[in-house]
Amino acid sequence: MSWDIAFILSTDGVATGAIYLLAGIGLVLIFSVTRVVFVPFGDIAAFAALSLAAFETDRLPPTIGLVLTLAALALVAEIVGHVRKRCAAQIPKAIVAWGLLPALPCALAWAVLAAHGPGWLQVVAAIALVVPIAPLLARLTLQPIADASVLVLLIVSLALHFLLSGLGLLFFGPEGSRTRPLVDATWTIADGYSIGGQTLLMVASALVLSGLFFLFFEHTVTGKALRATAVNRVGARLVGIRPARTALLAYTGASLLAGMIGVLIAPVTTMYYDSGFILGLKAFIAAIIGGLVSYPLTALGALAVGVFESFASFWSGEMKDVLVFSLLIPVLLLRSWLATHADEEEEEIDE
Amino acid sequence: MNGRVLRRAGVAAAIVLVALAPLVLGKFAVSLLNDIGIGALVALGLVLLTGIGGATSFGQAAFVGVAAYATAWLTTAHGVSPWLGLVFALALTGLAALAIGVLTLRLGGHYLPLSTIAWGISIPLLFGNLDALGRHTGLSGIPPLQIGPWRLLEPRAIYYLIWAGVGGACLFSRNLLHSRAGRAIRSLRGGATLLASVGADAFGVRLALFVTAALLAGFAGWLYAHMNRFVSPSPFDVRASIEYLLMVVAGGLGQIAGAIVGSGLVLLLKNSLQDVLPLLSQRGARLEAVAFSIIFILLLHHARAGLTGFVARWGRQRFADRIEPAHDEAAEPLPRRPMPERGSELLTVVHAVKRFGGLVAVDDVSFDVRAGEIVGLIGPNGAGKSTMFNLLTGTLRMTSGQVRFAGHDITGLAQRKIARLGIARTFQHVKLRPRMNLLDNVALGAHARGRAGVLRAGLRLERREERQIAAEARRQLERIGLGGRAHELAGSLPLGTQRILEIGRALAADPVLLVLDEPAAGLRRAEKEALAAMLRRLRSEGVTILIVEHDMDFVMKLVDRLIVMDFGSKLVEGVPAAVRADPRVQAAYLGGSPEPYPANPEAAP
Amino acid sequence: MTPMLEIGDLHVAYGQVEAVRGVSLVLMPGQIVSVIGPNGAGKTTLLAAAMGLLPCRGTLRFDGEPLGGLDVESRVERGLCLVPEKRELFGALSVIDNLRLGAYVKRLGRAALKRRIDAVFERFARLAERRSQMANTLSGGERQMLALGRALMSAPRLLMLDEPSLGLAPRIVHDILAIVRDLRDEGVAILLVEQNARAALETSDYGYVLETGEIALGGASAELAGDPRVQATYLGGGTDDHD
Repeated sequence: MSWDIAFILSTDGVATGAIYLLAGIGLVLIFSVTRVVFVPFGDIAAFAALSLAAFETDRLPPTIGLVLTLAALALVAEIVGHVRKRCAAQIPKAIVAWGLLPALPCALAWAVLAAHGPGWLQVVAAIALVVPIAPLLARLTLQPIADASVLVLLIVSLALHFLLSGLGLLFFGPEGSRTRPLVDATWTIADGYSIGGQTLLMVASALVLSGLFFLFFEHTVTGKALRATAVNRVGARLVGIRPARTALLAYTGASLLAGMIGVLIAPVTTMYYDSGFILGLKAFIAAIIGGLVSYPLTALGALAVGVFESFASFWSGEMKDVLVFSLLIPVLLLRSWLATHADEEEEEIDE
Repeated sequence: MNGRVLRRAGVAAAIVLVALAPLVLGKFAVSLLNDIGIGALVALGLVLLTGIGGATSFGQAAFVGVAAYATAWLTTAHGVSPWLGLVFALALTGLAALAIGVLTLRLGGHYLPLSTIAWGISIPLLFGNLDALGRHTGLSGIPPLQIGPWRLLEPRAIYYLIWAGVGGACLFSRNLLHSRAGRAIRSLRGGATLLASVGADAFGVRLALFVTAALLAGFAGWLYAHMNRFVSPSPFDVRASIEYLLMVVAGGLGQIAGAIVGSGLVLLLKNSLQDVLPLLSQRGARLEAVAFSIIFILLLHHARAGLTGFVARWGRQRFADRIEPAHDEAAEPLPRRPMPERGSELLTVVHAVKRFGGLVAVDDVSFDVRAGEIVGLIGPNGAGKSTMFNLLTGTLRMTSGQVRFAGHDITGLAQRKIARLGIARTFQHVKLRPRMNLLDNVALGAHARGRAGVLRAGLRLERREERQIAAEARRQLERIGLGGRAHELAGSLPLGTQRILEIGRALAADPVLLVLDEPAAGLRRAEKEALAAMLRRLRSEGVTILIVEHDMDFVMKLVDRLIVMDFGSKLVEGVPAAVRADPRVQAAYLGGSPEPYPANPEAAP
Repeated sequence: MTPMLEIGDLHVAYGQVEAVRGVSLVLMPGQIVSVIGPNGAGKTTLLAAAMGLLPCRGTLRFDGEPLGGLDVESRVERGLCLVPEKRELFGALSVIDNLRLGAYVKRLGRAALKRRIDAVFERFARLAERRSQMANTLSGGERQMLALGRALMSAPRLLMLDEPSLGLAPRIVHDILAIVRDLRDEGVAILLVEQNARAALETSDYGYVLETGEIALGGASAELAGDPRVQATYLGGGTDDHD
């Protein structure tokens, strides 16, 4: 292998790793607060990519219909809940939060298409459109069973993945799409060694977003409240932090990350309605390297997975996934060996 | 109406329906039933592994694939009989499961399910990349099964073999769960410490269970190959594994019948959606996944324990189970351990030290326990007595020091080995199996006194040993005063009775030394007196007892000797009256001497 | 005067067992009431139910208003605060962040928050020294101080303490109970659950003895301390024959 090939593989690997990093952060964010392994994460990213592709071909993304339907269902559920608890005063707030807010990105998307908005506005609209999806889905399908066993939550999460990828097939058809590159430039370091602008954008986005998340967690009250809920749920309740509210926050943050990932990879990979699954799975490996709790380790893990995948695909394009998933086993063994396990009692199954 | 009779009638009716079905249903329906049967076999493995054993697996379809490809390759490339293919397929699947299990089953928490994803994805990908296995085209022309002159080509023909297999597997599973090995499997969810305390190796139990589930999947794979006479990688990928998991969750994780119900539910649903949806709309075919997911999520919202769980709960509310009278079959009592001579040195602790980082929890403690006495180890909360207790039972490793028991040096010995040497323990936070009945909970204690494993249990070859263990368990239940309640569920007992039941489990191990961790906590006065009376009775029968307790009043009336700990060290040792009168004990333990607070404010905390 | 806390015929089930059976007690503003009793008597369950962590039957009134059905977070908003037996600190967060979150429910401005934090640090000098350290690196006594400090950040009207002396050296117990008395003097009503009967009765104004879920005795703390039954069981006095 020559140096310039190694260079290309490394830069591609780092870029892919950057994406896995963002996805890993989203997965850990949700898991640490809710114990849910949010499988549909990748599907939401795919939705963002495909919605952007729809904008570029002058079509209204059917994602709008999904968001509005979910919002309507969630609003009904909230109102029924308030009526049952005789807190009718909460209803106007619910209408704004669950009805109005999700409708805003839909209005934006419609406006962007109608006014033939510029490329960057289309990107913003695509991201904004998928942001309500995770919190709405969580409110409807996961929150009502929040006290179920981890396995049941996982199964529902899997069912959500099938739901979203099925809807993806319905909305966007079986054909794949690629969007226009967000950045066209190329940065040439030396003779024969250059890095694509898109690659740089992916890495820069990962750095900036991780930085923002770090600041959020370390320096804002809401960020600390989120960390507190993840660290000690009972303690959080005892200081008045409502777990359901922090959970929704986590889902919204994850949705935002998924949206950004979608628009970042759409120009470099052909996205299909079911591309999300494998993406989520590999990001999950990164999250596991971080033990599902540590963001810095997740970052390292994501980088490792990305670079390893890049070199593995050079060695054998077809076997690359086999190699990446086989890598999981020694990683898990190492992790398990390093972590000290308290005697773990499994939850009893629901009855 | 009696719940038990109803269940038996249900099973009989099901058998009749299954036997008659191919005679009345069309070819397509029988084909579907064949698929359901094969799915049920894999799902049964998951009921055992995930539902009962608590280990979620996303890789069962990979084992189905290993077996299917094994028999396909052997019978097509080498023209061997499919029955030999069965042996080969099961052997290969079993070996694969053994290798994967040894590598990954020590993983705890979320790591284990993740590792199953790893090989659940890799193995099918491997199938698609090997030339000998036909890559993505797969292998075709697999010979059909043949019994004597009959070739099982038609769906109706192989139907009976498949469902006989399902029936046999269900019977095997049922036998397994009601045996010594089954009790250990059912206790996996209770944690490795619980199993170690009765002398069982949680890892070994899990491995056996894992291989069993893989073999069930392997059997299904073999049937699949010779029924469809064609194999390709896609039916064995991780999506298929997920589908099997969906089957058991929908059918009911905790019930054997859940495997069949779940398989039927999922496959029938998929099938009917494929038929109905195109009628409703042009793009109906694409709605299949969407409709399936929505129906599935709604099901889980209303029946978290699956369909059979839902029915079981409804049934429990309406039909009581009539309690079976004890079968007084003559059973030879289990062999007993030789008891040490009263007064001889039984347990000796020498200069025990335990440090947790900078904190010294146990600071140079030495004492001994002689055979036939009751010794109390007391101290205020935080004194280090629970840590000392865990050091004795092997739950924690000593930083330095030595423990000798009945002539053996047990320092650093694994928990289960210490348990097998004759030390039986209870737990401060009771570790019973709430869904098992009293008899089974106590019988778990006799685990180390039996030997039958999974195979003998499933084939019902250990009936004599099982009768002996059951008789022993019944004897211990009588001994602790719970004789007539053998079939009640342990989870329904009040705390005091649960503690007594745990002592019963400890006694079933035929211990030389009984170590009890705060047995009196949470008991009412009457319960405490009953407990004390029982312990005195045990002492007179030759059992040595070490009680770690916080309740001074309780131990005063009970023990021969008292050891008092405070801040990790031994404060005082002696007969109860002397210890209680000791001013150091008064100061430390009872919350203050006449001078409540130390005069020196510079004293380090 | 309206009682700060009124518990009437409370029944709390813990799993299959009824851990609290028909308990009634009253706590007036500016008063310290202690509940003593052996391990497993139901003391912790009682506090958990009052806080809303466990469902219960019976009456619960806070400053005259019924609490029934309100979730934990709403009770915190109203001024009810629990320092549980396990402390439930945010181990991976710093001492000062733990304190900041203590005031979460009051949504204080920056200046007000700083004032309250400084007040807590004044009471607990040791915490001030460790302000940036992670909470799970603190010693047992420091954790108790942090738990108490965090509770004080929301300026509660009723403070419930579950076994504050657990695992602590006598000198620290002394310091903490002194602070508890100061709080009472500042107008906070305090419900103190303790296994260390002597310390509890010396600190409180009024006391109840809880045994296996029921109130066995109740009275002014000084009188209870002098009661022969209490002395024999909890204070190590008396020369009973035990065989």
